[in-house]
Amino acid sequence: MSEFFRSAALVAVVTAVTMLTRFLPFLFFGGKRQPPKAVLYLGRALPCAIMGMLVIYCLRNVTLLVPPHGIPELAGILLAVVLHIWKRNTLLSIGGSTVVYMLLVQLVF
Amino acid sequence: MTKQALKAAFPGTLPVLAGYVVLGMGFGILLQSKGYSFLWAGIMSLTIYAGSMQYVAVDLLSSGAALLSAVLMTLVINARHLFYGLSMLEKYRGVRGAKKFYLIFSLTDETYSLVCAARPPRDVDPAAFYFWTSLLNQCYWVAGSILGGLLGQVLPFDTTGVDFAMTALFVVIFTDQWLTRKNHVPALVGIGVSVLCLLLFGPDRFIIPAMVGIAAALMFLRRRLEGVEDL
Repeated sequence: MSEFFRSAALVAVVTAVTMLTRFLPFLFFGGKRQPPKAVLYLGRALPCAIMGMLVIYCLRNVTLLVPPHGIPELAGILLAVVLHIWKRNTLLSIGGSTVVYMLLVQLVF
Repeated sequence: MTKQALKAAFPGTLPVLAGYVVLGMGFGILLQSKGYSFLWAGIMSLTIYAGSMQYVAVDLLSSGAALLSAVLMTLVINARHLFYGLSMLEKYRGVRGAKKFYLIFSLTDETYSLVCAARPPRDVDPAAFYFWTSLLNQCYWVAGSILGGLLGQVLPFDTTGVDFAMTALFVVIFTDQWLTRKNHVPALVGIGVSVLCLLLFGPDRFIIPAMVGIAAALMFLRRRLEGVEDL
């Protein structure tokens, strides 16, 4: 049961903070006040940087020195990138690379 | 909230219908693979309603993350919402009450891109048009999540490795951002600082230093980057 409450608390916290990020601009700048320049700059520069961080976050437990040396991950990422440059179809890129990754970790490595 | 506005809003949401049902299903299946039923998937899609954050939340739930790290993670991943909000201030200024609350609550990446570009027909109340666009999108997302959770229970095959959907999602968004921009400094800062922090602090402790490092590096580069149009 405590496991249930721990999970419920986590979902509640993520919900609350997500709502905070969505409501803050309307609470702060709903009137005539202009947002500071630094805030606007970070708003433009952060999204790409954070996406890079999230890719590394997903790969944080990959062990390069121990078999399978991150080969399935590398193959999956390369496939996702190539598919995406080629077709620009988000669902195809995600679906295709995930299926290939699953086959690699289940059948090959 | 007329039927007319619903009819006008629906066609524009069709691309999101396809995307949200499939990505929502991915989320439901992933969550199910960590032992959380379709009810969890449905509730999270109703309350959190933020795509990439929900994928990360699966990770936070299954790894037993501390609440404070969940707060920080949510803050950085959803920081972009602040800027969606800033650019929607004018458009949503005339809307009041519960409708406005919901419009702000449901401002996901996809909904933002639709309402931002939308030109509601003249004979339709714009607020009602935005409202239906937002509500339809969330319906697709919730339906996809529940469907995925249910499907995950009965899938006749091994789901080992399905976690890679999250990595693929971020890789694809990253690639997309890379292809649509000329300046790659922020993207490279994100990767570089994160790898450095991962090597220095290890997999369980690197994320907070990485967030701080990225913000600091970007502020350091501000003078060089601020004039760039397509960051």
